[in-house]
Parts: sequence; C-alpha cells; structure tokens
Amino acid sequence: MNAEAPKPVNSKLNSAVPSGPMAQKWDKHKFEMKLVNPANKRKFEVIVVGSGLAGAAAAATLGEQGYNVKCFCFQDSPRRAHSIAAQGGINAAKNYKNDGDSVHRLFYDTIKGGDFRAREANVHRLAQVSVNIIDQCVAQGVPFAREYGGLLDTRSFGGSQLQRTFYARGQTGQQLLLGAYQSLSRQIGLGNVKMFPRTEMLDVVVANGKARGIIVRDLVSGEISAHTAHVVVLATGGYGNVFFLSTNAKGCNVTATWRAYKKGAFFANPCYTQIHPTCIPVSGDHQSKLTLMSESLRNDGRVWVPKNAADCGKAPASIPEADRDYVLERKYPSFGNLAPRDVSSRAAKEVCDEGRGVGPIVDGKRLGVYLDFADAIKRLGENKIRERYANLFDMYERITGENAYQQPMRIYPAVHYTMGGTWVDYNLMSTLPGLFVAGEANFSDHGANRLGASALMQGLADGYFILPYTLGNYLASNYAAANPEKLSADSAPFRDALSAVKEQTNRLLKINGKRSVLSFHRQLGKMVWDKCGMARTEKGLKELLREIPTLREEFWQNVKVTGTGEEFNQDLEYAGRVADFFEFAELLATDALHRDESCGGHFRVEHQDDEGEAKRNDDDFCYAAAWEYAGDGKAPILNKEPLEFEEVHLAKRSYK
Amino acid sequence: MNLTLTVWRQKNASDPGRFENYAAKDIIPDMSFLEMLDVVNDRLVAEGREPIAFDSDCREGICGACSCVINGVPHGGHRGTTACQLHMRHFKDGDTIVIEPWRAKAFPVIRDLVTDRSAFDRVIQAGGFVSVNTGGTPDANCLPVPKENADLAMDAAQCIGCGACVAACKNASAMLFVSAKIGHLGLLPQGAVEQERRVINMVAQMDAEGFGNCTVTGSCEAVCPKEISLNFISRMNRDYAVALLKGRQPDRK
Ligand SMILES: Cc1cc2nc3c(=O)[nH]c(=O)nc-3n(C[C@H](O)[C@H](O)[C@H](O)COP(=O)(O)OP(=O)(O)OC[C@H]3O[C@@H](n4cnc5c(N)ncnc54)[C@H](O)[C@@H]3O)c2cc1C
Ligand code: FES
Repeated sequence: MNAEAPKPVNSKLNSAVPSGPMAQKWDKHKFEMKLVNPANKRKFEVIVVGSGLAGAAAAATLGEQGYNVKCFCFQDSPRRAHSIAAQGGINAAKNYKNDGDSVHRLFYDTIKGGDFRAREANVHRLAQVSVNIIDQCVAQGVPFAREYGGLLDTRSFGGSQLQRTFYARGQTGQQLLLGAYQSLSRQIGLGNVKMFPRTEMLDVVVANGKARGIIVRDLVSGEISAHTAHVVVLATGGYGNVFFLSTNAKGCNVTATWRAYKKGAFFANPCYTQIHPTCIPVSGDHQSKLTLMSESLRNDGRVWVPKNAADCGKAPASIPEADRDYVLERKYPSFGNLAPRDVSSRAAKEVCDEGRGVGPIVDGKRLGVYLDFADAIKRLGENKIRERYANLFDMYERITGENAYQQPMRIYPAVHYTMGGTWVDYNLMSTLPGLFVAGEANFSDHGANRLGASALMQGLADGYFILPYTLGNYLASNYAAANPEKLSADSAPFRDALSAVKEQTNRLLKINGKRSVLSFHRQLGKMVWDKCGMARTEKGLKELLREIPTLREEFWQNVKVTGTGEEFNQDLEYAGRVADFFEFAELLATDALHRDESCGGHFRVEHQDDEGEAKRNDDDFCYAAAWEYAGDGKAPILNKEPLEFEEVHLAKRSYK
Repeated sequence: MNLTLTVWRQKNASDPGRFENYAAKDIIPDMSFLEMLDVVNDRLVAEGREPIAFDSDCREGICGACSCVINGVPHGGHRGTTACQLHMRHFKDGDTIVIEPWRAKAFPVIRDLVTDRSAFDRVIQAGGFVSVNTGGTPDANCLPVPKENADLAMDAAQCIGCGACVAACKNASAMLFVSAKIGHLGLLPQGAVEQERRVINMVAQMDAEGFGNCTVTGSCEAVCPKEISLNFISRMNRDYAVALLKGRQPDRK
C-alpha cells in the first residue's frame, strides 16, 4: 500500500436491506428466508473463528440446530475470550423499570449515539432482539443482579437517561460469556461442535469466488493446516491494539479480518475508534495495557479538575469547592457526568491540554482528571458504594496503591472499542460470499460511536439470533442441501493458501534482526495514538501516512523473532499480529484522512463548532466507507454505502 | 529495584525441565508482575535468547489465563489477586523470586510456565451448563429468584477457571472449581432442574481427568483470586450424596 489519494468508484455494495416498514423488516425477512431441512443440516460444515460472545453464541446455536460446526480460538480455552473482561452491563429494551423505554427508543438512542453513521435497518433489528437476549441468558443461569422482590435489577449507563442496563456486579461480560461458553460446552460434549483452542486462523481460503475454509496454525505444535467449510464466520473481535495501549486484552488483534480483507472482504470505517473516558492513567513506559474503570462509576462519581493550573499538584482534599471545575456538569448540564464517551473523553483531554490535568507527570504532562465519590459516600454511605463498586475500587487500589474511598480516583481516556470492521450486509455477510462477520469484528451497528452496554448486546444478537437465520438462508440458496459440494483440503486453493501462510511465517523467522516485536508495536502504537487518537488533523494524518511505511520497512528488516515455527512460539504469534497491524494502521490513517468531518469517535480538529463540539458534514459524508484491497503497494479503493435515515431524522447530536 | 528470578524452563512436554536464573534489573514498583516479565523477556530477545513463555491475556484478573506459582504460592499469595494484578511494589530490592508453572498431573506443562488446562473445559462439557437451546425461553422476569440466592450464585459464578486451586492443593484436587459451577447453577431455579445429573456427571469427569481427592485443607480457598468459599464444596458433597442415594449414574459417553 502507499499513501496516494484514494479514488472513489461506483458502489459494489448491496446492503440487502429488506423492503417494508422499519419495524416489520426483520419479521418479513425471517419469513422470506430459505430454510435448511433439519436432516440436511449435518451435511453442512460451518467454521466459526472466535469464541467471544458473538462466536460462542453462534457456534453453540448452530450446533444445537444440527450443523457440523468447528470453532477456533487462540486462547487455551474458549472461556477466556476478551468478552470476559466487559464490566458494566448489557442493554435491552425490556422497560422493566417502566421509565418509558421501548424498542423504538433503544433504536433511536443507538442511531443518535452513533452520530448518524449506522444503517438504520440493522440497528432496529438489534433493538428488537435485545429483549430475547435477556430471556436467553436468564434461562442459561446467568446470575444477573436482582432486587429484593426477586426480579431483575437495571441501571443507567453513559449516553442514556433510562435504566435499561442489566448487569452482574462489575462482571457482566464474564457472566454472559460463561453462559455462552456453557452452551457451547454442551454442544462440544454432545459432539455437535468440535473446538480448536490454541489455534490461530491465518487466512481465509477462497474457491470459485466463495469463502470455503481457513488456514490455521496450531499454537502448541506449530503445525499449519487447512480446514474446509461451506461457510465461514469471523467473530474475532476488535483492532484496538493497533494503538498498543488500550483496554483490550493483550491478544486482541486484527489478523483475521485483515487477511479476509486481502481476500476480498471490504473493511469499513476503520477510523471510527472509541476512546473510553474512565481508565486508569498511564504510569510509565513499561505499561503493557490500560485498565478500564467501568463507566457505571459515572453514576455516582463526579468528574473534576482544579480551576487553576497552579493547584494541579496539590492534594485534592486541599482544594476548596469554589476552586474546582466539575467539567462535565458545567458543559453538559442535562447529562452531566453521564455524557457519552466521546464527548466526555474530549472534555478530559481539553482540560489536560490546558495544563489542568492531575496526577503524576509522565512525558511532561499530567494526564488525568478526578472522579470523586465523596458526595455519593456522604449521601448513600460507604457501604452502599462498596456494594455497587467494591471490585472496581479494589482493582484501582491494586494497580495504583490508592484508596478511592478516601481520595478521588484519577482517570484518563484510553482506546477501548473499535466501531469499524469488516463491511457486512443486513445478513452479516461480507463482500466475500460465504464469509460472515459478527460482533466487534464487523462494522455494523454502532456507527461512529458506540453507546455503553451495547457491544455485549450486539455480539449476542449477532450470535444467538441473527446468524443462525441468515446463514441457513445462504446455505439453502447456494448449495443443493441434500448433497452439498465438498472440497478437498488438498485442492489447489487450499494448497496455495497454505504455502503462502508458511512463507510469511518463515519470512518472519528469517529476518533475525536486532529489535523485539514488542518495541516495534509500542512505537507504532504511540505514533497512531498521537496522530490518529482522540484528535486528528490533516497535517498529522499525512505525517502518519509517511511514518508508518518507514517503520514497517524497518520492522521487516530488523525485527528479531526467536525460536522456530515448529514449536510453541509466542514471539512468532506476536510478530504475525504486529505485521498485520502495520498494514492495517495505514488503512486506518487513510480512512481518517479521507473523512473530512468530525463524527462520533472520529474528531477532526478542523471540524468543530465554536464550543469545540464535533461538526458533522452530512452533505458529503453521510455514508459508510468500505475499503477494497487493490493489491500490495496499491492505494485501496473506496466504496461508499450511502446511509438513508427514514425513521430518525438527521440532527445535531446534543447532550446539553 | 534489582531482582533475581529463578524460573522453570521447559522446552516442551517431553523435556524434563530445570530452573534457570535471570537478573531483573531496574524494575519499577508500579509495574505489574507480568510487565516485569515482559521487561525481562524483551532483554532476553535482545540478547538472542528465548523468552520465558507464560500465558496472559486480559491482565485485569478476569480471564484466568495467567498462571504461575510465585515463591511457592499460586499467583503469589496476595488476597484476591491474580499474577497479572500483582504489582512489584510488594517486592524488595535484592529479592530472589522463584517462578514455576502450575504443577498437577491433570495440567501437563506445554512450555516453561504454560500448562494445558483443557481438563477444566472437559469437566464443564460433562455437565456445567443448563440444557436449554437458543430461543423459546420464557420472559426473564417470569421466575423471581430471591436476591440472597442470586448473590450467592454470583459469588460462585465469579470463578475464572485459572486452576490456582488445583495448583495449591497437595492432592491436586479440582473440588473448588467444580463445586463453584455446581453451586452457581444449583442455586438458581433455572439450573436446579438438572442438578443431580449435573453433579454426578461432572464429578465422574473430574475423576477421569486425574484430579485428586479433597482432604479439606483449605489451601484452595486461600489462593483463589476470586475468594470462592469452601462452603461450596460442602454444598456439592450434599448434592452428590443425594444424587447417589437416588441411584443416579453418570451418562455414558
Ligand atoms: C475492559 C472492557 C470492558 C467492556 N465493557 C463492556 C460493557 O460493559 N458493555 C458492553 O456492551 N461492552 C463492553 N465492552 C466491549 C465488549 O466487551 C466487546 O466489544 C465484546 O465483548 C466483543 O465480543 P466479540 O465476541 O466480538 O469478540 P471477543 O470477545 O474479542 O472474541 C474474539 C474471539 O476471537 C478469537 N480470535 C481472534 N482472532 C483470531 C484468530 N486469528 N484465530 C483464531 N481465533 C481468533 C479470540 O480467541 C476470541 O475467542 C468492554 C470492552 C473492554 C475492553
Ligand atoms: S491475564 Fe487474565 S487473569 Fe491474569
């Protein structure tokens, strides 16, 4: 790839949105889709890559339905997928609190929260099935929080004035994932799903224009092998680790969707990345990842910094009320401390850039704001706060050595979630027929910004309630169900893909340079964070587009990968992932440069109003940007899916 | 600070393995234990030596991937703390730290500090679930659950499946892990329906995997990063006894 200006071409994108009124599209589509006869399901091979919420839910459900399923993950157990770390909760339009919630309102909030950059029909369907998710999870034994009457408790979450978020202490992702993992385990035990842990997918195999299998490396033995299928699902999570420091688990990577991109699955909106406002600030150069403090803390904590830069080094308790600036309450009186993530993050960055940040000085700056619980403790008592957040306060203390019951927490924004991903149509199928993409890995439902507690909802919606229908429709439409054509793993497309993967692995091992993979990843991440993080400029992005290829070249000449390919080799795994981040980072910057507007998580400094709020440009950018791979060293091709808003009218997103 | 690490190195399952010493120089107290290992590994790579293999992913104490015995204690012995959440401020300049993998017959070593814990997955596959398919489930609020039961179920459900309980036990027993799942599901009406079948099948699989018996020394509870209580073991024993008395047999595979 290089940085020459992208050329827009006619759209090759068919969103496949069913006709009819918004609220009836999904039901109508479900009725119209073709079915696979139960007796024939076993004849279809389905590959699911990923065992997070989206992958585990899909693999379990498809197994229950009778398909012949193989599921892959790189961790030692499917239960350890990154979804396990989600803390805060999951949204659903149950309206159990009788506070005015409805499918339409959740739909509306998600479209608006996404800054009008998502496809309406997908989002509406998400809101519709949200209610089934909670029912499903409770039936599986997910121990959601309950009230004394024995019914489910809910709370409010960033970006919403309703209490529609279900939770299981501060470990909602863990409990939802264990629910899905248990269902998956049941199918594994029954022999309907074959699980391949510690196995990394390194390529998609395409035969006759369709995705027909994958190439994987067994991370224990190092063996590289091919698996055939009639349909491949990627549920491989997000790419936040392109920034090196993020709240994502260390293993999260872009390899699966990146390699699929190179095989014809367009990548959409990579510049939509979400920065989470409540993370523990960086403490030094050794830092390996950032830790999120759940956003639910913003229900009771108040964000402030000193009004005067001179006070920033002082003990917080010594700063009188009159000298404190409660930033979010001042700027956004109606949402206050619950303003959406992008808005809150930028507010924190602004005050720190003004020199009013708090905490230790790292790299010449204090990068932190206070999140203060003193008022809530006074009002509700320390016990109530302990009951709500004990595990988070404990975690904070373990990491910082500070007690947040006695002094305010320090927080700072960090990369958290990626809205961009593989472009998919209404059926969650990519531009490569037979390749479906679910969960954080696709671009579908959150537009330019995701609301809190909506990723878990989306992952489970995709896996439990959408893919099981749309996959069947694809199989029934493309194969003779009684005798679906099988390919041999020895056939040419598989052999070619296998040798290409082996070649890349050997190439990495042969460089034998001087610098560790880690040092390259750190440097790349810092570059991308500085110039394509919370605030982006044309100048910075152009510089970044020059810097990335230079560093990438050095990587390919000077990286040191120890060991061999025929053994358990974490250095080699990591090198492959970082190599893909290097290529992907360029697409991210290209997309950020081309989108000459501010929207949601994509903030272009050139486009803000007098008060520093993001300014969208609906005339020129009301579309999803789906990038098509044009070959190595060639500029990617931009395809546009125009977004039409029938139900929710385009309006400025305001949280004042 | 400067430390000495005595680390178990083992190339693969068939290598007998041995301890090797490494200097860990210029370690900062704010680093986590695994960040300290990252630093040591980075230096090993720079010298062209093979880095120490260890599992980790979330680095927030929730995924259960990290698993090393630090100075004889799984996860290093700080209450409710996994190795990834342990910080170097708990060590002193000049300390020698001994780092080993989980040691148990059911968890064979793959390399260095990395072990194969798939036995836990197979125990769950034998019965650690509620047998419901996707779809057709009743409204979530149709069955009220007393808050006390839901909270207690959550206490058990917090298990991260790291295996520290097995590593700490002199018999390498998996009773705390197994009883946590049985306790979690059995306390909820949704899971209680098949509790007898569950307990019989899970215990049979646990035995088949080669985990040892429980002699109630409590070392598992002491190292559990989620502080899961031994009471769940007593609960499981009761459920098991009831199932046996009713003549329940494990399902045949
Ligand atoms: C700290 C934190 C807290 C969060 N809290 C919330 C919250 O409260 N509410 C909310 O809604 N969302 C939350 N999120 C977001 C949410 O957790 C994620 O977006 C979601 O869990 C992603 O699920 P997934 O199934 O798409 O992918 P993941 O859970 O990331 O799973 C990816 C799977 O793919 C596998 N995989 C990836 N690449 C390969 C490959 N090449 N080969 C083989 N396997 C591969 C992995 O092994 C894994 O099994 C949080 C995120 C973080 C980081
Ligand atoms: S790395 Fe996830 S628990 Fe330690």
